[in-house]
Amino acid sequence: MTSATAPTASVTTADAPTVLAPAERAIQTIGGDLTEKSLRLHLEGLPGVDAVGLEARAAGLGTRSIKTSSKAWALDTIIRMIDLTTLEGADTPGKVRSLVAKALTPDATDPTTPRVAAVCVYGDMVPDAVRALGAAHSAGRDDGVNVAAVATAFPSGRASLAVKLADTREAVAAGADEIDMVIDRGAFLSGRVGLVFDQIVAVKEACRRADGSYAHLKVILETGELNTYDNVRRASWLAILAGGDFIKTSTGKVAPAATLPVTLLMLEVVRDWYRLTGERIGVKPAGGIRTSKDAIKYLVTVAETAGEEWLTPSLFRFGASSLLNDVLLQRQKLTTGHYSGPDYVTVD
Amino acid sequence: MTAPDRFLDYAPAPESTSILHLRDSYGLFIDGEFTEGHGTPFATISPATEKHIAQVANANAHDVDLAVAAARRAYERSWSRMSGADRGKYLFRIARLVQERARELAVAESLDNGKPIKESRDVDVPLVAAWFFYYAGWADKLDYAGLGANPRALGVAAQVIPWNFPLLMLAWKIAPALAAGNTVVIKPAETTPLSALIFAEILQQAELPAGVVNIVTGAGDTGAALVNHTDVDKVAFTGSTAVGRAIARSTAGTGKKLTLELGGKAANIVFDDAPLDQAIEGIVNGIFFNQGHVCCAGSRLLVQENIHDEVVDRLKARLSTLRLGDPLDKNTDIGAINSREQLERIRRLSDVGEAEGAERWTAPCAIPEAGFWFAPTIFTGVTTSSTIAREEIFGPVLSVLTFRTPAEAIAKANNTPYGLSAGIWSDKGSRILAVADSLRAGVIWANTFNRFDPASPFGGYKESGYGREGGRHGLAAYLASAPLEPARVAAPTARKQLKK
Amino acid sequence: MTRLTVPKTYKLYIGGAFPRSESGRSYEVVSPSGAFLANAALASRKDARDAVVAARAAVGRWSAATGYNRGQVLYRIAELLDGRRAQFVDELSRSEGISTAAAGAQVDAAVDVWVWYAGWADKYVQVAGNANAVSGPYFNISVPEPTGVVAIVAPQDAGGLLGLVSVVAPALVAGNTVVVVANERAPLSAITLAEVLATSDVPGGVVNVLTGSPAELAPWLASHADVNALDLAGAERLEWVDLQIAAAETLMRVLPPVTGIPGPSLERILAFTETKTVWHTKSLL
Repeated sequence: MTSATAPTASVTTADAPTVLAPAERAIQTIGGDLTEKSLRLHLEGLPGVDAVGLEARAAGLGTRSIKTSSKAWALDTIIRMIDLTTLEGADTPGKVRSLVAKALTPDATDPTTPRVAAVCVYGDMVPDAVRALGAAHSAGRDDGVNVAAVATAFPSGRASLAVKLADTREAVAAGADEIDMVIDRGAFLSGRVGLVFDQIVAVKEACRRADGSYAHLKVILETGELNTYDNVRRASWLAILAGGDFIKTSTGKVAPAATLPVTLLMLEVVRDWYRLTGERIGVKPAGGIRTSKDAIKYLVTVAETAGEEWLTPSLFRFGASSLLNDVLLQRQKLTTGHYSGPDYVTVD
Repeated sequence: MTAPDRFLDYAPAPESTSILHLRDSYGLFIDGEFTEGHGTPFATISPATEKHIAQVANANAHDVDLAVAAARRAYERSWSRMSGADRGKYLFRIARLVQERARELAVAESLDNGKPIKESRDVDVPLVAAWFFYYAGWADKLDYAGLGANPRALGVAAQVIPWNFPLLMLAWKIAPALAAGNTVVIKPAETTPLSALIFAEILQQAELPAGVVNIVTGAGDTGAALVNHTDVDKVAFTGSTAVGRAIARSTAGTGKKLTLELGGKAANIVFDDAPLDQAIEGIVNGIFFNQGHVCCAGSRLLVQENIHDEVVDRLKARLSTLRLGDPLDKNTDIGAINSREQLERIRRLSDVGEAEGAERWTAPCAIPEAGFWFAPTIFTGVTTSSTIAREEIFGPVLSVLTFRTPAEAIAKANNTPYGLSAGIWSDKGSRILAVADSLRAGVIWANTFNRFDPASPFGGYKESGYGREGGRHGLAAYLASAPLEPARVAAPTARKQLKK
Repeated sequence: MTRLTVPKTYKLYIGGAFPRSESGRSYEVVSPSGAFLANAALASRKDARDAVVAARAAVGRWSAATGYNRGQVLYRIAELLDGRRAQFVDELSRSEGISTAAAGAQVDAAVDVWVWYAGWADKYVQVAGNANAVSGPYFNISVPEPTGVVAIVAPQDAGGLLGLVSVVAPALVAGNTVVVVANERAPLSAITLAEVLATSDVPGGVVNVLTGSPAELAPWLASHADVNALDLAGAERLEWVDLQIAAAETLMRVLPPVTGIPGPSLERILAFTETKTVWHTKSLL
């Protein structure tokens, strides 16, 4: 694979408009002469967000009471939506093998427990994950577990485009099914939305495999650094226009990570994109979701905002590590009728 | 475990009623005791099931006499002689007891009124506690209430409250009245007496001196006997404009101080630069909160014409996620209409809306067989002359009108004899403030709607009534200034020329 | 040398103009000793109606004026009234049968009332309004606003000038407009005051003065759907309870009768205001 189809980074001159990479969605939505200016006008034309109202709505959704059969279904669905994650400097092949084992058999005491959607690791750990998964590696099939790799100089994104693209290509080549890239928040905050856009387009292209298929691209906005909800809406929209398959809240390395209001807002964006184009984009809150109770609030928010159709791993994921064990405890409680304890789920 | 057909069909999550210990029958609460009434008792039912809840005593004129006499005695012998600090302590006690018994009160309220438990639990009852807590602190600080030093209590307050927020309206009435040093006879609405009677038990637990609060249940006759009683000094009423008008007539010339919180037909104005998702929520909250049984409901949606279709589409999609049904289910968004009578009125006015040419859309939701229900409904193509744009429906029915300019929005918003509340949705601060200045309404919500707080005065302009409830202003309804100082500008005996 | 005087025709003051009564009626105004003073216009219900129309039309501009501006306009009345003191003293002493000293005292007091209320125009909002500390992320403020059109029955048993000023001035402070029925027996100074108003900076229609019978006019004002408030200050000897009952039809704000002349008070300003509470969300994000 070559970089011939990938656009070069934008060059700004005083008089010529910055022409952006001709991403299909953006051209269809904004129009033919895709420039930084036209993109910017488009993003600034999005309706504003009133933070208090948004947070009140999220809090309201959080009061839904999910019981009995709905709760049982929700717990299994949460497990199937988890990107089981380890993103530590101290990650080792052993740690990744342990993670994969947990992903495949979350609860050895109950074989009906579903598998998680994916394991999420740093790019250099992809070979270890692929090896550990073996035949269970879905590699595009529905019945297995995917390998997701964070890329593009995760978590800060502070590296040259060339490094980011190399990072991405290497992970895809090693067998990553999904790439979780970070946007350049500095560029976004300084108004260089064209740069952010072009980089996403380029990374998307770097996700292309030799056979012409693409690894799924999740675009991490790092909402904690974008700070305002207006920025989150614009960045979400930008990421979709540039070709992202998923928009993801956070790296997990910045506080606040995923919050219910910010996830609600991103779900509103994908709902609006669907209303506009008929195309469904995924959403992934990541970081900070540790309890079943919280995760169920997210499911409620998905169902009541984007719609029931989004309640599938191909359109909604949780980036989490400790969440899984809490879901398993709750699941055991539902199955046995008794409260379980941390000694009855595995430490991985 | 079988997956539900739709996750959104959340499995039932009923609030337990085991917390309620209802009696078969309730008496009147007079002079600190429950007593039999002299009228024919009536039944209170659950509007969601039409099932009997309890028998309730009916106060006739004689009972009202007894209640007013008890209030008068309590005023003269204990309450008016007590220090403000001690009055405050009783109110603090009541606030705490309400918090302690919050869930029980919420369940009773939803059972008797039909409102969703999530509202009675998260809105009504917490505000009840907040109201008592807020006014408790005023009781020994009345010199700072804005009426000058040593303001006086009025005496015995006659209070008549509606069925839409039974316990909250009771708190709005009783808390400031007691803080200011008045004693009270209050009549809850005929269809929703239950929470007030549980509240009477709280007053007993608080050891509030007998007669300071008396609760007389009954219908319109009881209310009329109360407000027209010659020994009451103050009348406070929340309810329909028609009854408010009648009370204003009957108290004319009596010297009774009168405050009225009446009907409304609020405009909720959505500009094209509004934060759209929040505006949709605000519209929904504005008219479908409490089944639209809200005097300040945003029943007229005034939407800028260039975003009309977009707003209506989004609104319909949003309304399709509302869950109508068992008020005691924690996931219910839309509960029961409070009474058959009210349901008939909503149906009749909706039919008129349709007959007058407005386009009717009803949210798709299954209606239970028993009980009183009305699915969330939107009328588009409504004009300012439409009946449903002028009359208060007091139900989950939204009339959608359009405007082109801010000036037109203001003109249409003000084009009503009512003036209780209004909403403004825009991202432009200067426009919000200018529109807020121009709206003739007592409460303006900008980029929010239906927010209530004990510190925030509430009440209307024009035919929505007079006087304010809540805040420092709410105290003034229950106080009189100390006799005025001698005129500060007396006719001077000798004219003094200013030396140039 | 005696010179034949040129007596003034006393007319109504409506919408900044001085019309005769549309009814063509007038009534004889006499001094306490019975001397003929003038034929004052005997206003009709239609004059009252026209006055309400004029008052309503003036609400927008007057209520939208800044408090500072309204204060200056009211203070300007005091200046002009003071400047025409001699004329008022002469008129009051002749028409009310009082000494020039008493007449002078009445004019001075009226001037001082204007000055006192003028000072309130940019302050009453601060005193009667406040920020509300609600428990939530909301900016919340309560401010008083004018009620709208105020119909007033001026005191009937007191000095025609001071009585009128004492009820009209407080209603104007917040930005209301006024239709006032003057002292029936002593109406002349009211119309002369109207001449002051007409030559001051008070916009036409802000104050409308009717002379004639309060008993005849008040019921029409009390039942007028476009009147927002009713001050029955001088209605003590009328069937004022009936007036209050009529006013209930549109939930008009009503101030009951007073004996004598009401002293200056903030309460009188606030009686013709409505408290508006505005909420707005607050957030950094």
